Amino acid sequence: MAELTDSTSRSGRIEPAEAPNCDSLDVALLRKDFPLLGIEVHGHPICYLDSASSSQRPIAVLDAMRNYEETTHANVHRGVYAIAEEATARFETARMKIGAFIGAPNPGREIVFTKNATEAINLVAGTWGRANLGEGDVVVLTEMEHHANIVPWHMLASERRFTIRWIPIDDRGELILDDLDRLLEGAKLVGVTCMSNVLGTLNPVAEISSAAHGAGALVIADGAQSVPHQVTDVVALGVDFMAFSAHKMLGPTGVGVLWGREAILEELPPFLGGGEMILDVRKDGFTPNDIPWRFEAGTPPITEAIGMGAAVDYLTAVGMDRVRAHEISLSSAALALFEERFGDDLRIFGPREPSARGGVISFAYRDIHPHDISQVLDEYGICVRAGHHCAKPLMRRLGVSATARASFALYNDGSDLVRLADALEHAGAFFG
Amino acid sequence: MSALEGLYREIILDHYRSPRNRGELASPPALRVEGFNPLCGDEIVVTVDLQRGILSDIKFSGTGCSISQSSASLMSAAVKGKPVPEVRDLIRTFKSMMSIHESTLPAGPDGVDNPDGSSGDNTEPDVIDVDALGELAALQGVVKFPVRIKCATLSWNTLAQGLDQGDQETA
Repeated sequence: MAELTDSTSRSGRIEPAEAPNCDSLDVALLRKDFPLLGIEVHGHPICYLDSASSSQRPIAVLDAMRNYEETTHANVHRGVYAIAEEATARFETARMKIGAFIGAPNPGREIVFTKNATEAINLVAGTWGRANLGEGDVVVLTEMEHHANIVPWHMLASERRFTIRWIPIDDRGELILDDLDRLLEGAKLVGVTCMSNVLGTLNPVAEISSAAHGAGALVIADGAQSVPHQVTDVVALGVDFMAFSAHKMLGPTGVGVLWGREAILEELPPFLGGGEMILDVRKDGFTPNDIPWRFEAGTPPITEAIGMGAAVDYLTAVGMDRVRAHEISLSSAALALFEERFGDDLRIFGPREPSARGGVISFAYRDIHPHDISQVLDEYGICVRAGHHCAKPLMRRLGVSATARASFALYNDGSDLVRLADALEHAGAFFG
Repeated sequence: MSALEGLYREIILDHYRSPRNRGELASPPALRVEGFNPLCGDEIVVTVDLQRGILSDIKFSGTGCSISQSSASLMSAAVKGKPVPEVRDLIRTFKSMMSIHESTLPAGPDGVDNPDGSSGDNTEPDVIDVDALGELAALQGVVKFPVRIKCATLSWNTLAQGLDQGDQETA
């Protein structure tokens, strides 16, 4: 917790949790914790609106990683000397913090470190999927999944010959659950994103989990977009697996997490083979390690895991209720501002109600291609994403090849929205 | 000239707003090739008529940004009616312009000099004769925006694939 104390004393900002109120986030002060937000791009202060792709890191995270590197680094779970024990302690402490952050009942056994959310989903496909899915089986996905929760199942389906069914979306960008019971017939697994990285839609994951379990299926939730921006409680959601990445929640790249129910993880075979994941290796075979290390072959991303733990500390100190309230307020302001400034020239994808969506706004502006919009915005120091957002089935459903997307984190405020709107106007003028 | 104006030359915006040779030729007899840019989701369809070694007609369709659309339009205007070997040469020249560092191009009107002060390495095999590219030279500003190079080359790669396909069919 040393790094957390550093961060709080630096700004004197963090107070005990209070009633959710976006005004209670002092964004100007928070921004001082993020060195990158102080840079200039093309002569303008950076306006970073791409946190759904990857977020920026506060000093507390950078310090925790640097401090570990400079004072403690050794391999984990190996040495009996002092710094090796300290490294292991910091690594395992990060696991416990991250577990607590998502309400995991038994973090020490249920939090598996992976490379990112994508690898976490591939881990489930490669272990649970390989052990349980075969010809005639059904996996149900939603039309708004990220490729990370589609392609692993396509890859396994081509080998195991199970069927993939799709939960469709309506024109507001919300899941159509009227036919869910029929879709779930014979299903063994449901894959659902907690929050669409394109539409911002927050899905009724608890409701889907309940229906899936009623039909005898397990649920894997993609929490990459939701975990960084709101309170997560895997027990209340009722899911069986949850995947998320550190780099979208103020942490570093190179580490992510798979959470799984303890009883399910215990039954799974290993994922990758190598050191760390074994109890014993003989010439005629091996005995796999206990969970969660069974799934963590080789030296793990130790520095990054510690950085992820520090990111969780930072978010916890700010308060996830306050982060969520702030982002609802920002989304609300953005929707109103775009409507006022651009009217019908700007089409926003996804739900209209700010409370039904996360801090992600995908849009089409007149008929200017998102790449061109993004290029002009860059000239003004504004970073937005343009493209298919790794969700091509959803793009086809929306009838577009790409969208422009502005996404928020706790360090954005109304001034970012105004700069975005001003630059969009310039783009409009430029392309006539 | 601002960086943006260097990228979006007037001629590019003109071809974007009023694309030449947009549409699809009946296929067959025309060759039909699809190209994708996995980065941004752009898709392009190029249809070409090849008659007695001449690219007698070409049309393109699909969706894309101003760079990919104007590049396709400029390309169609440049190759239409040309003998296939000349078209291949043009594809090679255009792709060289898109793949080399800007400093190996001769200094243009905006005075791009080699940053290390040298006058360029004359032993480089592919010093580009930008003048020979005519209107296509307007796209050389794209080189300064590496992410957009794939937008500019999408239609060219697709056409090249079509010509290879044509070779196989006549072989």
